[in-house]
Amino acid sequence: MIQAEKITKRYQRREGPVLALDDVSLEVAEGEFVSIVGPSGCGKSTLLLTLGCLIRPSEGKVWLEGRSVYDLSHEEAAALRLNTIGFVFQTFNLVPYLTALENVQIPLYLSGLPPSRQRERAEHLLEKVGLGDRLSHKPSELSVGQQQRVALARTLANRPRLILADEPTGNLDPALAKEMLDHLEELHQEGTTVVMVTHDPRLAGRAERQLRLADGRVDGQSAAL
Amino acid sequence: MTTFRLVLKELRERKSQLVTSFVAIALGITVIVAVRTMSHFSEKAVAQELDNLGANVLILPKGATVTNYYTADFGEYVMPESYVDDITTSGLKGVDNLSPKLTEAISVDGERVYLTGILPKNEFKSKPAWQSADGIFARPEGCGTVVPGSVAKALGGSAQGGASAAAPRQAVVQELGGAEVMVGNDVASRFGLKVGSTLPIKGESFTVKSVLPSTGTVDDTRIFAHLHSVQRLFHRGQVVNAVEMIGCCKEISKGLIDGLNRLLPEAKVVTIKQIAQTQLSTNTMMERFSLIFLVIILLVGAVSIANYMLANVYERRKEIGTLLALGATRQRVSRIFFLKSALLGVTGGVAGYGVGTVLAVGLGPRIAGVPVLPLPSLAGWAVLLALAVSVLASALPVAKAARLDPAEILREG
Repeated sequence: MIQAEKITKRYQRREGPVLALDDVSLEVAEGEFVSIVGPSGCGKSTLLLTLGCLIRPSEGKVWLEGRSVYDLSHEEAAALRLNTIGFVFQTFNLVPYLTALENVQIPLYLSGLPPSRQRERAEHLLEKVGLGDRLSHKPSELSVGQQQRVALARTLANRPRLILADEPTGNLDPALAKEMLDHLEELHQEGTTVVMVTHDPRLAGRAERQLRLADGRVDGQSAAL
Repeated sequence: MTTFRLVLKELRERKSQLVTSFVAIALGITVIVAVRTMSHFSEKAVAQELDNLGANVLILPKGATVTNYYTADFGEYVMPESYVDDITTSGLKGVDNLSPKLTEAISVDGERVYLTGILPKNEFKSKPAWQSADGIFARPEGCGTVVPGSVAKALGGSAQGGASAAAPRQAVVQELGGAEVMVGNDVASRFGLKVGSTLPIKGESFTVKSVLPSTGTVDDTRIFAHLHSVQRLFHRGQVVNAVEMIGCCKEISKGLIDGLNRLLPEAKVVTIKQIAQTQLSTNTMMERFSLIFLVIILLVGAVSIANYMLANVYERRKEIGTLLALGATRQRVSRIFFLKSALLGVTGGVAGYGVGTVLAVGLGPRIAGVPVLPLPSLAGWAVLLALAVSVLASALPVAKAARLDPAEILREG
């Protein structure tokens, strides 16, 4: 599914260049559940966004389903994100002036689906995550857990084959964090490839495979027991 | 979800911020519409006043001078009446209110007065070669003209009232029979002439069609008859000794006089500079004033919209980053913001036109001293202008939005 080959990412900062990723290579097979762990600032999020066609590496290549993603045009990369990748953000990133239903409709609207079919699919997804009675609520009218589920429904709207989750439980209490992990595991069971970034080793342990990152380099990996 | 719905929902969410820039663009258009509407009718009124000053271009026989014209003493200087045909059919732009004249001295009760032959408008219409003559009686807008039935109605008068009032110097007389005369105010007093009186001239009897109001010019001491009657009475043939013309002031400066000189090499074309200059400078001043005003107002509106859109883009950074991460193209993001600015422009333009028109109609009579009516033709311009300003002012903020780096925004958390 994903191949990253010798990727290096340098940021130019006022204090001088910062090496966020240093010669990282990895492979994620289709249907695999991989977690990337490491201390804060080790380059986990940069790696995840690089795999998600959002940060062009300074060196190296990233292939997604056999396509070198940073050789694609802007439109092709956008289409890849729209149709293949689903992001799970730590802060949910819901659009505040849209209802739960409309937030879930966004990826479908970007895909060019007619409004009636957008609505149908979004309602189905929200019912699936238990929010069938909160369709017209705005994010501010929902609890954190409900917001998380709206964000998850939005992630799943276009049936992504790859889910990239950046600290998906970072803002959640233990119960909601477990619920989120359950959802990710369920998706994995259904055949979706999941790559999750977390700094929590216990959560990382629920993945099939863990990649440890330190100072921008892969420091080791282990399979789940 | 559609782009339009997305934009509407965002607009509704942030009403208070929107109000400022909506007011800025609507206010700008309001002022422009109000000023343009008032100045339109004001210019018309000024134009009517200027027209009362009379012709601004004279075509005289080669040896004649302006003194001959003002003293009405042309002696033997004449030129062919066919010059009028030449001008009418030449296609020269800016020609209006052509008035060929033939002046002869006559004696009434032993006193010397001038008899001036003029050609009424109905004569122009009767000639096949002058089928397009209507065109030369309807001068272009902003040209110092009196367009029958428009401004005249607005001003509560009649532009063609000249047929019986101050017609010969300022406009073309509509109708004048072969046995009819119009008499100047002094002549009427001196000889006790009234409407309907009979006046013998060179053995023929003429009926007084109207007594002209006093003008303080040589016209007060003239008698006006049909041009062809005067030609017949004096056995002159088809000649005239002056053709008065109101040249459109803009066209005068753009080569109308050169055109006339080329067309009529045997005649002398004289510009009555003072009148032409007054007309020209009045119109130019109003145009420049309006233009400067318009530019300033539009700049203020544009800056306000640009400022609002920039703030809006900054405020919606996370939303834009999310949209891009979810798979929106930069073009899609641009479309969302441009649609928003277009909606702002169109609604601002409509509101500005409405309020501006109400203001102009309400305040026009007090400010400009003229009756003001709505100008529907301005509506389209107002909306287009507001739309253009709004979209152009948003170009930079929109480009900024489309160039945002989603990764950077997502990393901000």
